[in-house]
Amino acid sequence: MSRRQTWLVLVAVVLITALPLWLVPKPANGPDGRPGEVFGGADGKAQRVIGEIAPDYKPWFAPILEPASSEIASLLFALQAAIGAGLIGYWLGASVTRDKLRRQAERDKAGATDDSEPDSHDSARRAD
Amino acid sequence: MHIMEGFLPVEHAVGWTLASAPFVVWSVRAVRARLDEYPEQRMLLGVAAAFALVLSALKLPSVTGSCSHPTGIGLGALLFGPAAMVLVGLVVLVFQALLLAHGGLTTLGANVFSMAIVGSFVAAGVFRASRTFRLSLATSVFLAACLGDLATYVTTSVQLAWAFPDPAGGFVASMAKFAGIFALTQIPLAITEGLLTVLVVNALIRFNADEMKHLPLFLTRGARA
Repeated sequence: MSRRQTWLVLVAVVLITALPLWLVPKPANGPDGRPGEVFGGADGKAQRVIGEIAPDYKPWFAPILEPASSEIASLLFALQAAIGAGLIGYWLGASVTRDKLRRQAERDKAGATDDSEPDSHDSARRAD
Repeated sequence: MHIMEGFLPVEHAVGWTLASAPFVVWSVRAVRARLDEYPEQRMLLGVAAAFALVLSALKLPSVTGSCSHPTGIGLGALLFGPAAMVLVGLVVLVFQALLLAHGGLTTLGANVFSMAIVGSFVAAGVFRASRTFRLSLATSVFLAACLGDLATYVTTSVQLAWAFPDPAGGFVASMAKFAGIFALTQIPLAITEGLLTVLVVNALIRFNADEMKHLPLFLTRGARA
């Protein structure tokens, strides 16, 4: 894929993620006069449907450790993403550098055997 | 796709745990054997695991007005086959169940089944089929990651509908409700996951061509772009 296609894909990802924020209509105010909830978690929604289908169902096990507040929960989610993104960043950085060094070594080798044409050597670097 | 702690009846929770357990054992053995044979792939496996960690932490808005998250399992399933990703999915789910109260231990079996087992087998299968039909690498990767993600959420809907059939309409009515929440919400997110997976695979092919030579799915057809 060309660099342009890569950018187009990234733009598409951003649009798919951001557009729902405008496309989804604001919910009507609830009975208490406050605006209704939008963009809640699908997991929680499913939990409510279970409550509608089987009103008598009682969860028989509670989480051992529950984040003390939604702030703590977002801390842990951010931590999870940070660990993952850190690893991917490390890999990408190491790979790009390795690739660059490898190419440089090849060029140096070519340059050492072919000193008579420094111009073509330079233009090759520029075209890179 | 996380079924909340305690939200599956005991017999379902036990059943899904028993169904997932052999896959986990198989996966642990497969990962150990693979890293013994190709220690240089440790980094790539780490990248696949990291991708799943990041994507499953991102709760994205969807056109249905709900938020859900991709799974990130498809990438690793393409690179290493489903065997490796069952273990990776398990690790991610245990992390979320223990620290985040997201999912749970009693529903771990069901969640591993939908995300790590069904998700990775569908992704690997779709990839292989797409390559057989001579679709381009990028298209195959996109379809595999996208449909693997979607399959996970359809599976979750089936699991919940099976456990909680509608008193009037039975399994089908219940399935429609849960699929309306999970599968519909997931469609744009699955597309996002497919696109991101394509980008990572492109980077892998460009920078890690040597390590990629010994990966099962790429092995047969070569990593031609």
